[in-house]
This record gives sequence, structure tokens and C-alpha cells, in this order.
Amino acid sequence: MSTRALEWIIERLLFLCAALSILTTAGIIMVLAVETYQFLGEVSIVEFLTGTQWTPLFSDRHFGVLPLVAGTMLVSVIALVVALPMGVLTAVYLSEYSPDGVRRIVKPILELLAGVPTVVYGYFALTFVTPLLQTFLPTLSGFNALSPGLVMGLMILPLVSSLSEDAMRAVPRGLREGSYALGATRMQTALRVVVPAAFSGITAAFILAASRAIGETMIVAIAAGQQPRLTGNPFVPIETMTAYIVQVSLGDTPQGTIEYRTIFAVGMLLFLMTFGLNLISTWLRERFREEYA
Amino acid sequence: MTAASSKIPSLSGIASRSGPSPSALDAPVKIGVDAMNFYYGEKRALDGISIQIRANLVTAFIGPSGCGKSTFLRTLNRMNDIIPGTRVEGTVRIDGESIYDPGVDVVQLRRKVGMVFQKSNPFPKSIFENIAYGLRINGLTTSKAEMADRVEESLRQAAIWDEVKDRLHESALALSGGQQQRLCIARALAIKPEILLMDEPASALDPIATQRIEELVYELKKNYTIVIVTHNMQQAARVSDFTAFFWLGRLVEFGRTDKIFTAPQEKLTEDYVTGRCG
Amino acid sequence: MRKRADLIFQIVSLSTLVIALSALAALIYDIVKDGASRLSWPFITNIASRNANEAGVYHALMGSIWVIALTGALALPVGVAAAIYLEEYGSRSRLARFIELNIANLAAVPSIIYGLLGLGLFVRLMGMGQSVLAGAATLALLALPVVILSTREALRTVPKSIREGSYALGATKWQTIWHQVLPMAMPGVLTGLILALSRSIGETAPLITIGALTYIPFAPDSVWSKFTVLPIQVFNWVSRPQTDFKANAAAGILVLLALLLSMNAIAIIVRDRYQRQGRA
Repeated sequence: MSTRALEWIIERLLFLCAALSILTTAGIIMVLAVETYQFLGEVSIVEFLTGTQWTPLFSDRHFGVLPLVAGTMLVSVIALVVALPMGVLTAVYLSEYSPDGVRRIVKPILELLAGVPTVVYGYFALTFVTPLLQTFLPTLSGFNALSPGLVMGLMILPLVSSLSEDAMRAVPRGLREGSYALGATRMQTALRVVVPAAFSGITAAFILAASRAIGETMIVAIAAGQQPRLTGNPFVPIETMTAYIVQVSLGDTPQGTIEYRTIFAVGMLLFLMTFGLNLISTWLRERFREEYA
Repeated sequence: MTAASSKIPSLSGIASRSGPSPSALDAPVKIGVDAMNFYYGEKRALDGISIQIRANLVTAFIGPSGCGKSTFLRTLNRMNDIIPGTRVEGTVRIDGESIYDPGVDVVQLRRKVGMVFQKSNPFPKSIFENIAYGLRINGLTTSKAEMADRVEESLRQAAIWDEVKDRLHESALALSGGQQQRLCIARALAIKPEILLMDEPASALDPIATQRIEELVYELKKNYTIVIVTHNMQQAARVSDFTAFFWLGRLVEFGRTDKIFTAPQEKLTEDYVTGRCG
Repeated sequence: MRKRADLIFQIVSLSTLVIALSALAALIYDIVKDGASRLSWPFITNIASRNANEAGVYHALMGSIWVIALTGALALPVGVAAAIYLEEYGSRSRLARFIELNIANLAAVPSIIYGLLGLGLFVRLMGMGQSVLAGAATLALLALPVVILSTREALRTVPKSIREGSYALGATKWQTIWHQVLPMAMPGVLTGLILALSRSIGETAPLITIGALTYIPFAPDSVWSKFTVLPIQVFNWVSRPQTDFKANAAAGILVLLALLLSMNAIAIIVRDRYQRQGRA
């Protein structure tokens, strides 16, 4: 075989491997769509999206997904309330204040936080954080949204911190120096010049963190409970979208049944939510890069 | 015709000493370029270049930085093909055959036209492997013994064999700058090209290493056609038989080296070789 | 007055960092306290049991090793090939940009969605069943964006002069990549792969979804075996109401973390060794 033909074949093979990513995205969409379509053949989309009771595994079946969405939102909001301010402050400290030596030690440790497997966080939430909180919040139930929410916040803190720090470092030195030249302190410069300048980059980081929190599974599967409940109370057991999928997968659900299809319908909703957030985050980051290219 | 020789005694002295033999002008044309334009995207970098480079002689390209001499050198072995967005107009013929025709095998072309780069670029492998690579990918040897012979032959041709024969399997990166460049020359010679293109081969080297490279070039021209780009006029005067002077993408003047440096025809050439501009 | 505000702000920022690090310390302390007593050689060599004292992680540990090895074997060639295409062949075409966009999006898709994909595609449609192979294929897809990204970065570190030297000798593009570029990029490629695998070893949700069982008391003996992995075994123990399994869960976590640390250590060693070789 001539070298030219061989080169051509190799290039095609390499291309196929690259194109696998397109196939993966298509595969995800198709698998979710096919089962969701069949699900919606039996359950109306209105009931699915607006119903307030989720009991697909009981004899008295209801398919309103809002309790799962509420559970997901509750835990995610708690996580973000922890991670966003702490993450930005950490980023400000690392980018504007800390000496190089400190940063060199701290950053790998933050990476460690991001690298801990989520089952470990789940264990931590259930066996340490919940009992600890119960000592001064006696009404806190064994399964609740508060404990996994706080631990999840710890988990996504490095993400917020490192992306925000990248955004802040991309702000040109000239802006900072101009502020210092006018006699501003580091805090004033950080809060009034750097953070606003890095705003879209930081917002992109927030949105990505939210997407991560929404899609997180094991922490909530272990510590949040399996009781779908439309509530804003973080002290009681709830169930998130992701934990529901785990719950059904642990059982023996035969293919083709409506119970089987529910996990795909919930999965589709989860996918659309996180995909939408990711797109917004990417768009914001592109715009930010254009500003400071 | 100005009395340029009195203004640059050193150059004229060198040039007339090492000028080509009278029969040089009868040497066959190895590379013929006709009305070449070269574009980087929309920008024209070379403008209407026509030149005839003769076999078994050394031709030097001189001119200030950015004048296009390296770009032109790279068109002769189609190295510019790997840069996206470049375009060539006009013809380049080697041994009478156009090298930019659609059916031309670039791989074969580069076997015939070797290149040595400004900054030596040995592969991060052993000295032996650096030479063996070209032989292997072109399928030029059939046995380990033959490979060892070819490697030794190339290293001898590049006048570096004695220095490396006891450490052929050590890393090439451990050699000095001058040695690395001679290794790269050996590497280029191993596949037995007919033409050797050298892009400022000694510009990163100290004077002693430079001298060794120049002596090498003088020896090599017996068997190869050599084109050497240099920004060092004394080097061009020492080493080459013919010289081409480039300015802002055009070929201003081309002729025998001794003439270019003692009695150039163009005023621009004279200004450049006397140091009045560039 | 302003200086005081600045100082307070600095303290507040520093405290958030301290709080985060203390939480990490508390986590480590808690797990060691709970699990150290259970950690022993029998723990590693025993298989699952209904008796907490006799239950070990052997089956899950073997399952994890099988799955990770297979995941690496699948993700490495495909990921490297994709990265080579994007970096060396197609970097400017619109199709290549679309592929890059896909990869970036896939990197942010929740892992449980990959589990659903694996369930629908590998387990059901392609009939692999709830096997090690289906699990590895799912995790390989999950790991691909990371492998592709780190391989591309490694390829970029190879200087243009090496490529030009190779082309000038009459080498084709693939010969240049295979003989010169890829070997030079290998340390970065391997480091990226090991890091991607160390993330995979902690993945739980996608494997549960494709049906890795939580109670399976034997190690896999082929790629078609049903299986379980270390994090799922931990999950199983944590979910039990009986408190004696809590120690098992913690000890299981310690084994998992030990595995993770060794993989990261290997990645660092590989990177250092190759860097030393390159400098001769």
C-alpha cells in the first residue's frame, strides 16, 4: 500500500475518534429523548412539569416532578450560598493579597478538595456534619437538605475560587496600578476595580458551579433522603432529581415499564437544565475573553 | 562602475581569492526559478524572483533581515507548505522538473533537497538515532550493518565522527551547539540528497565553530549543490561561488561572488555590501 | 480608617480560606477516626458479608481495578487519536471547531447522565449487560474530554523545530507524529491519563445507573462479569441502618483514598522521570 493511501486512512481514523464526541452528544440526546418521548406518551407533559406529587413507584401514582426539582434547588442554593462568597473571597485573597509562597501551598490543597470522591463527602455529611448540626439544631432530621448542601458547598468552592481567580488575573495590571496610584487600598482596588472588571468571568464561574451542584449525585443520595417533598425547609428529608435516578437504578426495574422511563424523563430535565447553564456560562466567558483579549 | 574595491578591501580580497573557476559558468543549472511570487495570505513576501542556481557550487543569499531570503530558500523544498495560508506563483524547476505541479510527491522532493536550519534542532534521541531516523523512514537500508555504515559515513562527511564515535548512543542534546549543528548536517546528508539548503547555519555559533562549518561547506560542494542563506557578508564572500542579493522581497542582483563584492552593477547592491544601508 | 477596613477585609478573606481548610482537616480526621480500627489485611482480602466484622473489600477492590484498567485501555487510544486529529490535522476547519465545542460541553455534563447513556446504549442496545465492559465504556466516555485536553496540551509543548526537522528529511505527517511528536509528548499524555483515571476510580453514580450491583460478593473474572466497585461498596455500607457498618464504610474510604494517592504519586513520578530523560 502506498504511503499516500496509508496517510489518508490514518487521517480518517483519527478523525473518527475526534468525531466520537459528536456521537456521544447525539447518543445522550437520543437515549434521553426516545425514553422521554415514550414516557410522555403515557404522562402528560403538563402533569410532569407542574404536578406537585412525585410517587411513580407507589400504587397511587403521580408524576409531578416539582418536588424533585425543589429538592435539587434547595440543596444547590445552600451549596451556592456557601461556595460563592467564600470562593470569591478566597480568590480575591489569592489573587490580590497572598504572597507567592502561600499561594503555592494553598492552591494544591484546594485542588485536593476538588479531587475528593463524592461518596466520601456523602459519608462526611451523613456521619459528621448532620450529628454536629443536630447538637444545636435539635429539630434537624437525620436526612435533610442542610447538611449535604453545606458539604456540597465545600466541594464546589475550589471550582468557584479557581475560575474567579483566573478571571481576576486576566484583568490587566494597568487597571490595578491606576487605582493604587490614586491612593486606594488593596481592598478598595479589589472590590471596586478588579472584581467589577472580572464580573462576567466571575459570573460564568458561578453559573458553572450551579450546574455542578445541580448535577451532583452521591452526596445527596447518601445524606439528603428519599422523600420527594415540595418544600423550602432544609431540616427535613427531601429527594433530588439525581438521587431519584440512583434510587430506581438500585432496584430491579424492568426495561419498558413506566418506572424505567421516569429516570430518563428526569434525566432529560436534568440534562436540559445543566446544558442551558453551561451554554450561558460559556457565552459569558467568551465575552469576557473578548473584552480582555 | 564604481571603484568599490578600494572601499571594501577585506571583502574584495576574500572574494577574488575564492572565486569560482572559469568553468563554473558552464555548470548545469540545478534549480531554475522563473517569476516567482510568494504570498502569506494576502501579503506578498516575494516579488518576481527569477534565478538559476548551478550544480556543485555554493550559492549565497544575502540581504537585510526580513528581505525574504529565508522564505525563498524554503520554497525550494516546499517547507512553506506546512504553514497554512501560503501561496506560490511562478515555477521552480529542479533538474528541469517543476516541483509545484499537483502530482509532485513532496516527500520525494525533500529527499532530494535537504535542509539545515538556523537553530540546530536535533531530535531528543541518541546521536545514532538522529541519523538513523531519516534512513529508516525512507527505507534506505536493509540491514543493521548497512545502517551502522551509513551512519558512520554521514558523521564522517560532517567532520564530527571522531568526536562522537565513542558515544553514539548518548543523547544528542548533550553535544555543544557547534556539534549539534554538524550533527544536523550529518542527518541531512545521510539520506544522500543532491541539494543542501542551509538557512544561516552558523549564526548561533561561536567563531571557531563557524569556521568549521564553513570549511565543511567548502568540502561538501564537491558532491552537493549548496544554497546558503547568510546575513554575514564576509561569510558569503568566503564561502560562495555565486551570490544573490535580496531586498524587500525582490532579487536585486545575482552573479559571481567576486563581482558582486568588487564591482556590483546595482547601486543598492553596492550600498549594501559597503555597509551604507541595510 | 481605610487601612483598618483593608486589614479587616484581609482577615475575613483569609478566614474563609482557613474555614475551608479546617473543614478538609475535619473530614480527614473523621474518616481516619472511624475507619482506622477496621483497616487491616483481612479487610482487604475478605469479600462482602452480612457480618460487619467479617466483611471486606476484596471483591470491590478487584472490581475497581478491572474497571479502571479497561477504562484506561479504551480511553487512551481514542483520546490520543482525537487529540492528534484536532491538534495536528484539522485545527482550522469549522467541523473541528464544532467537535471542540462538543468536547467542552461534554466535560460539564453531570456524570449520572453518562450513566443513563451507558444504560440505554451499552447495557441495553448493544447488549453488553451489566458488565465490567459496559461500566468501562461508560467511564471511558466520561474520561475522554479530560484525556483529549491534556493530550492536546502535551502535543503543544513539542517545538515546531522538531517537526520541521522531521519534514525536511522527507517524513510524512504521520511519521513525524508517530516517531517524534508523540514520544516527546508522552509524559504529558500519561500524566493526563492517570489523572483522568484517578477521577474515574471515585465515580459512583454512572456505575450504579448502568447496574453495577451493590451486593456482589465475588471479584470479576472476565470483562462480561457483573461487578461492583469500591465507592459503590462504601455507598452500600453507609446506607445500612446498622451502625457497625459505619466503620467498614470509613475503612473502605481509606482504601479508596490510598488508591487515589498512589495513582497521583505515579503520575508525578512519570512526569519527573520523563523530564529528566528529555534533558539528558
